[in-house]
Amino acid sequence: MSSRLLLAMPYFTVVVLIVLGLAVMLSKRNLVKILMGLSLMESAVNLFLVATGYRHDGVAPIYTNVPAGPMVLPTVQALTLTSIVIGVATSAMLLSFAMVIYKKYGTTDIQKIKKLKG
Amino acid sequence: MMDTFVMRHLPALLIAVPLFAAFLMPIVGNAGRVARNAWVLLGALATSAVGLALAWKVLATGTVLYVFGAAAAHLPLPMDSGGIPIRIVFQVDALSALMVVIASLSSLGITIYSLAAESRQSGLETFYAMLFLLVAGVLGMVSTGDLFNFFVFLEISSLAGAALVAYRVDNGVAVEAGLKYALLSTLGALAVLTAIGILVGQYDALNLATLASRLQFTTLDKIALVLLAVPLAMKCGAVPMHFWTPDAYTTAPSSVTAFLVVSSQASLYGLFRILFTLYGHLLQFSWATFGWFLIVVGVLSMFVGVTMAIPQKDVKRLMAYHAVSQTGYMLLGVGVGLAVLGNADALATYGRTAMAGGLFHIINHAMYKGLLFLTAGAVFYRAGTRNLNKLGGLGHDMPWTMVFFMIGALAIAGVPPFNGFASKLLIYESVFRFSPFLSIVAMIVSILTLASFVKVFHSMFLGPRRAEFAAVREVPAPMLAGMALLAVFVVAAGLAPRPFVDHLIQPAVDALVDRAGYIAAILGGS
Repeated sequence: MSSRLLLAMPYFTVVVLIVLGLAVMLSKRNLVKILMGLSLMESAVNLFLVATGYRHDGVAPIYTNVPAGPMVLPTVQALTLTSIVIGVATSAMLLSFAMVIYKKYGTTDIQKIKKLKG
Repeated sequence: MMDTFVMRHLPALLIAVPLFAAFLMPIVGNAGRVARNAWVLLGALATSAVGLALAWKVLATGTVLYVFGAAAAHLPLPMDSGGIPIRIVFQVDALSALMVVIASLSSLGITIYSLAAESRQSGLETFYAMLFLLVAGVLGMVSTGDLFNFFVFLEISSLAGAALVAYRVDNGVAVEAGLKYALLSTLGALAVLTAIGILVGQYDALNLATLASRLQFTTLDKIALVLLAVPLAMKCGAVPMHFWTPDAYTTAPSSVTAFLVVSSQASLYGLFRILFTLYGHLLQFSWATFGWFLIVVGVLSMFVGVTMAIPQKDVKRLMAYHAVSQTGYMLLGVGVGLAVLGNADALATYGRTAMAGGLFHIINHAMYKGLLFLTAGAVFYRAGTRNLNKLGGLGHDMPWTMVFFMIGALAIAGVPPFNGFASKLLIYESVFRFSPFLSIVAMIVSILTLASFVKVFHSMFLGPRRAEFAAVREVPAPMLAGMALLAVFVVAAGLAPRPFVDHLIQPAVDALVDRAGYIAAILGGS
């Protein structure tokens, strides 16, 4: 495989994961599965961020015993870490909502969770 | 010395104070009810004081920069960075100052109100901690000059907002609304994050001003624009992405609803920032197109919002649809300004006035709509129902709530001498010169709004005393104080709009149009 194609691989994966996540969110009726779809999309976006930060032959910006060559600007990695933390908080809150809804409604089927209307 | 230290670090304190208040809340709460309430009041007062002081500083001396972690907080470009602002920068210009003023006033009013309104609920430490987090998120969104930082604060406000919407479980209905809100917010935030990734990947910068100066408007940039604009339009509740607003606004505690309105407006601020400052002149061949996009969304919101509001039976749901409708006025005003941005004559004769009307309507809306939601909460607090068919005759026993409701209702309908009239008049007269048809639609929507609120007023407050509401009394003093704070602004800005427009709104319009100035504040030059 040519190296250009190899470098583009992460982006293909990102697109596939986003499409999968969206498809799950739109097609499933179980709330937990919908949240799984959302989580999948979160991972895809994180992968996208990390992929944009990759530089061929780049060196990690740690200054001890550093080999020669260009260093990587670690901004996107920092963004990804922040995004992962936010993602954990979001998932935890959404799943706890799903738990409360299951307790009160006795179902996680979104077609039956429809007390709000108008 | 203390004074100058505080003044120098205002932008940092703007975030630090509410976060500090939020995180110490559970600990202070252990010391009992009095300590908790004192801490809440102290936190709210301190946050508002910092916000208003910062806004005053910005309006008196121009844009305030604050570079986190730098030796000199006002220098965005460190010596060794090669001309890139590598640190997180808060850039508070006049437009941000306007939003900070809104959030400061509103948060103070709703916190005082909550002290009494929520006193019968359990889990209050968490409630207030979330409320302060929501305030911190909104303040951060409107003052940051960093795109990723904007995303983080957007998520903070979304998460805290969703948790507060679901706070009163209410047999699961509130949680259902919170889930809807959280799910949509998260999807929107993911789109924003993707857009940030696209921009960082191309231009190696997160700073708004730096990005704005480097943007090439490639195909990827256009995709990023869509990924930024659509979620923000959704978060501000514009039709056709308004469906979460009635649910979230209805089920949240009333004081929270009043601040969710401000939180939506922070997204509106984000949308304007993206369109005017980040993309700005790159759109110059399609300013009219984007202006019309805002106008069409605005007119749709106005009309759909008000027509959906009229048949509602739940008073908060009705008010929520009116909030959608009023957001339309802001989009219409600023949209007209964007549409004529390339035409200097039109911009000077009516474009700036239209934008001033739109921005003035943001602060007016936050005040009178907040006031209306608080009165609805007061009625629910005493009568125990929000159903208009079951309410009636409350005016005898709740005279102050009735007066505050009248002030809010007349203001939202654009009746003089209240603040809604002041901003709507600016919109009417300027939009009329752009397109008479749009101006007439705006007036018709105002008339429908008035009709709808006359009905609400009649069914809530008028009529004979009812037996089932025999025990109803006026609400406690803190709730009245919170409402009075907002009502005073509604009346003051209606009686004397000129000082507000000249000293608060016009600088914000100038800041919105002056893209080069925003960039120069960071990168230097002109």
